[in-house]
Amino acid sequence: MSEHATRDRGRASMPTYLGMPPFPEAAGKAVADTRLRGNLAHATGTIRDRRLSAVAELDDWDALREAGKQIKDHTLEHLDHYLLLLEEKITAAGGTVHWARDAAEANRIVADLVRATGHTEVVKVKSMATQEIGLNEALAEEGITAYETDLAELIVQLGDDRPSHILVPAIHRNRAEIRDIFRSRMPDAPADLSDSPAELAEAARRHLRAKFLSAKVAVSGVNFAVAETGTLVVLESEGNGRMCLTLPETLISVMGIEKVLPTWQDLEVFLQLLPRSSTAERMNPYTSTWTGVTPGDGPRDFHLVLLDNGRTDTLADQVGRQALRCIRCSACLNVCPVYARAGGHAYGSPYPGPIGAILSPQIRGIGSPVDASLPYASSLCGACFEACPVAIDIPEVLVHLRAEAVEEGPKHPLVGTAMAAAGWTLRSPRRLALAQRLASASRRLVGRRGQIRRLPGPLRAWTDSRDAPAPPPESFRAWWKRTNGGRS
Amino acid sequence: MSSAREEILGRVGRILGPGRTPAATAYTAIERPYLRRHHEDGVLDLFAERTADYRATVHRVDPADLPGAVARALTGSRYAVPGGLPAEWLAEVDPARLAHDPGIGELDGLDGVVTGCAVAIAETGTIVLDHGPGQGRRALTLVPDYHLIVVTADQVAPDVPEALERLDPARPLTFISGPSATSDIELNRVEGVHGPRTLEVILTVRSP
Repeated sequence: MSEHATRDRGRASMPTYLGMPPFPEAAGKAVADTRLRGNLAHATGTIRDRRLSAVAELDDWDALREAGKQIKDHTLEHLDHYLLLLEEKITAAGGTVHWARDAAEANRIVADLVRATGHTEVVKVKSMATQEIGLNEALAEEGITAYETDLAELIVQLGDDRPSHILVPAIHRNRAEIRDIFRSRMPDAPADLSDSPAELAEAARRHLRAKFLSAKVAVSGVNFAVAETGTLVVLESEGNGRMCLTLPETLISVMGIEKVLPTWQDLEVFLQLLPRSSTAERMNPYTSTWTGVTPGDGPRDFHLVLLDNGRTDTLADQVGRQALRCIRCSACLNVCPVYARAGGHAYGSPYPGPIGAILSPQIRGIGSPVDASLPYASSLCGACFEACPVAIDIPEVLVHLRAEAVEEGPKHPLVGTAMAAAGWTLRSPRRLALAQRLASASRRLVGRRGQIRRLPGPLRAWTDSRDAPAPPPESFRAWWKRTNGGRS
Repeated sequence: MSSAREEILGRVGRILGPGRTPAATAYTAIERPYLRRHHEDGVLDLFAERTADYRATVHRVDPADLPGAVARALTGSRYAVPGGLPAEWLAEVDPARLAHDPGIGELDGLDGVVTGCAVAIAETGTIVLDHGPGQGRRALTLVPDYHLIVVTADQVAPDVPEALERLDPARPLTFISGPSATSDIELNRVEGVHGPRTLEVILTVRSP
């Protein structure tokens, strides 16, 4: 039995999107959607080139990346120490710290805090942690309406859709689709709204302005939390973050426990790494920092919810632990050939792309067919590792998780048997020759482009997740025998 | 309710084990081979260039010409100003056009806001407010659609590390790099969503 199976798993939950098929099946459908592929190719192609030039501008990029990696590894190695320090400093600055073992507990805490204010509406800044725990749905069950204020989140929410990218959740939508969603779902959208990005942004500004000015409660995520000072940091572009962090009376922030940093000085590394990796900017338009509450400026009541939800399980895995260095920049999504074709929805998780393929199965555990298939959602080309600003060796973790998926995931019906049969065949020249003749005879299965899309009978298990190359009409061994080694 | 706290900390402690080097000692072993600054010379030019890169308008004036430059920039009818803004900056603006520390309801109807700042960062074209005197509480520079910021030459740090050294994290801070923008439509930067859509900067540099 593997070490993973014997250790005590904490409680963790994260929505596996309802009825989500395993990655190969979902990706197969997505790849056939030409509009989706066009939208993704356009958006990821744009950001890829811009990120390269933003990174090339700093000739010490590798040194910054190494420092970022070391700071994160150090923090994880002393996580208990830094969480306690953070709690102490925030409490001293007038904030309240809550701890949540899992999604249900975090949602309960936030819902109770909102109810205690007597209000039934909250404005939200885009946050991966609250996506992960399904906060909006949990609040809705308590009669609390959450309004997403980030433009892309608004597009997703109005379109009754799912996010498909960490940074730009509506990346699968092009400007014409966004215009159609606004026209049909945004009550105050102008009837003659065009698809120019500036007009679409203007419509969102008008739509949310009254909401911001009257909001009493806001919910945010956190990019970084400085333990030595109790300071929280949120990076954003639009100003919706500043609105939510500043105007309401009560602010509730939800943060994964791995987001803590030791010192204020450490921000000098991450404020250089994150914007250039994420939006390919020297600096994002707005970064807000706050420490507890400030009398006369901003919320009077501040709560921080520290979320475990599978992170301690991830910490327990010596190889998989590096996924906790992630600063959610999404560079790995933008450079991934698999993501660019399959899109984010195929990953069946709020965390798509290469980082999602190693985070989701670790946070949720390899129990479901989706999670067992995610470590295979990669060609192991290594582009993600190269782009990662904190040097997470994603291919290494993928291979490690594949081993775990084989050990303890839902058993693939035939791969084991097929491998045993292959071994038996290869050990005998006579059996191999027979097998090769059968394979050549199977050429009638060959589809267009010389690939076999589906092998017959039990061998289907192999072609469920891959195309098989067509066998040649004559095997090398058969040719050698027939031509006397090429001499006749 | 403290059981979640104890359980999480307990799990972390068991996973990481006893006998670790104390955090403070281990922290000093982190290697920081990166640069403290990327540019040594021409820091003010760099600041002006990088700020303009993000479509902010940048004017460079001698301190003696500041009141005139402020008056020329304010072409609308009424502006918010925070307490503690040096009176001489506004010497050429009609006082009737100024609202001192207005409430949020009034802010939304004004043409803009005029403030100073705490620190600026040349490398990234960033201006940092610490919401002290002359900068106002955070809402003041957020709700209006236009923001005029006066930056003095001595406030410009060459790069991110030195800027952070000059700031006090106990204060609320706002880092501003260009006007409000979004990359949410096809991953292209478009100016103007919820924050001020026009950012104008006056950099005062003493003429040699």
